[in-house]
Amino acid sequence: MEYVSPEGLRIDGRRPMEMRKLQAEIGVVAKADGSAVFEMGNTKVIAAVYGPREVQNRSQQLNDQALVRCEYSMANFSTGDRMRKPKGDRRSTEISLVIRQTMEACILTQLMPRSQIDIYVQVLQADGGTRSACINAATLALADAGIPMRDFVTSCSAGYLNSTPLLG
Amino acid sequence: MEQRLANTWRMTVNEKKFIESALVSGLRVDGRNLYDYRKLSINFGKEDGSAEVHLGQTRVMGIATSQLVQPYRDRPNEGTLSIFTEFSPMADPSFEPGRPGEFAVELGRVIDRGLRESRAVDTESLCVLAGKLVWAIRIDLHILDNGGNLVDAANVAALAALSTFRRPECSLGGENGQEVIVHPPEAREPLPLIIHHLPIAVTFAFFSDESTLVVDPTHQEEAVMAGRMTATLNTNGDICAIQKAGGEGVPQSVIMHCLRIAATKAADITVKIRDTVEAYNTERALQKIKRHSAPVALDVSGTVPNVRKNQVKSEDQREVSGSVGTQVEKLKPMNERKNSDQSNDIEETSKFSKKQKESQSKKSTQQASPKGSAEEMKAISPATESAKIASQTHGEKTLKDAVKPKHKRKKKAPSAVDGS
Repeated sequence: MEYVSPEGLRIDGRRPMEMRKLQAEIGVVAKADGSAVFEMGNTKVIAAVYGPREVQNRSQQLNDQALVRCEYSMANFSTGDRMRKPKGDRRSTEISLVIRQTMEACILTQLMPRSQIDIYVQVLQADGGTRSACINAATLALADAGIPMRDFVTSCSAGYLNSTPLLG
Repeated sequence: MEQRLANTWRMTVNEKKFIESALVSGLRVDGRNLYDYRKLSINFGKEDGSAEVHLGQTRVMGIATSQLVQPYRDRPNEGTLSIFTEFSPMADPSFEPGRPGEFAVELGRVIDRGLRESRAVDTESLCVLAGKLVWAIRIDLHILDNGGNLVDAANVAALAALSTFRRPECSLGGENGQEVIVHPPEAREPLPLIIHHLPIAVTFAFFSDESTLVVDPTHQEEAVMAGRMTATLNTNGDICAIQKAGGEGVPQSVIMHCLRIAATKAADITVKIRDTVEAYNTERALQKIKRHSAPVALDVSGTVPNVRKNQVKSEDQREVSGSVGTQVEKLKPMNERKNSDQSNDIEETSKFSKKQKESQSKKSTQQASPKGSAEEMKAISPATESAKIASQTHGEKTLKDAVKPKHKRKKKAPSAVDGS
């Protein structure tokens, strides 16, 4: 199957180094301290941030920095076939870990000791690149929540097919 | 790094500062160079597909097993490979029993990506009935001791287990050829997996001082490090997977530098794995070779026996196997002797079996089962004088002896028939 046509166009008409259409919106979840919806093409992800707030589990409290927790889950309806277990499976655990470590590196946790920052990311539509969309959404949600960060953390996925690098 | 439980071991400030300042001068606490690996040793268990890896103080055990399952819908003619990790609480006080935590899942997935996505194991050869039955290979990794750098050790354990794993041979039969018959290992020799390449994981640890990075961090270094990266690559120069999640930000040049170092390390480790697996396979093949009745080196002194799995040809040999202890001689494998020595051996063991039945019984841990090819079982109890006598009469065996027995066969054939 020709993924990149001889004219240099991909299946959806993009060039190899062209990203999909990006759309974002913040303040979508009223109850959360910060929230954002991020869309990359057909991949749609919603992130909500709660914090800094008191640590719920005292044993996990860190005295010199904030505790960052992250939960990644995919909605049952996000993929073509209904998903059996949206969270708790190994892939979700790993992606939660990856997002948490990424955001933890950029949040100025030293400014908020003995507190907890929760990032919840939910995939509404999965069309590839959910991990990147989640990190972008998390950045926006954290900014919306007013949590001090070193800088924006952005992410993009890329692939390599038939010796051609493809973006997005 | 992210140890949040109350009973976690915490490093003292002094220790941290010591390790960091030593690294600035290019020294590591255990005396290694920055890019040196700890001593790696691979031991194999009694069963095929089990390996234990020691990387310095870190110990990981890998076991590979197989099962017939239904394939995934989108891959109807490919087998599956899955990795399960178990962080035993005896390895580290911060490991909790029960469901695997984040690190266990991450470790499993890093190794899984390196093995599965790079197509190291040929999954199409695992298909039995397209769309209905395929072999599912399951690798269980047990962390026995956490001395740091679990990913690399676990990866080597997984590769060693896969390299020595043998799956049972199965064939299609039944009325319409749709029934799958799985042959037990005694009936047909189990088959090894087809492994195209060995993806080796190399872990780097970054420290707050940007230019400092080490390969294969120990537990203490892991507590001090600011970031880590695991690169999985093979000797062909292909990068199978890279995992760097969070931690200290590192410039791109450092990443490229790391990948170059990883390439050399991967080559060393691949050689090591290949050699150890080769030695194991040679030993395994030696075990399968048919024994000659009067061996070159007969261990009748009661030294530790090597259990040999061999095939039983005639009934009285089966009896021998059942009642006798297991003392087996080591022989040079000479395939030419197999067929020529058959009848001679039948005759010899018939002699032994009679004597051994009279003598005390030994514990029999030998497994004997009929097989198609020419292999026999030899079981000689250590205490039988008769065995000694018999061995002395034959003495040293050479290629010429392989030819000799033809005469003996003709003479003693009647007695062999009597014996059986």
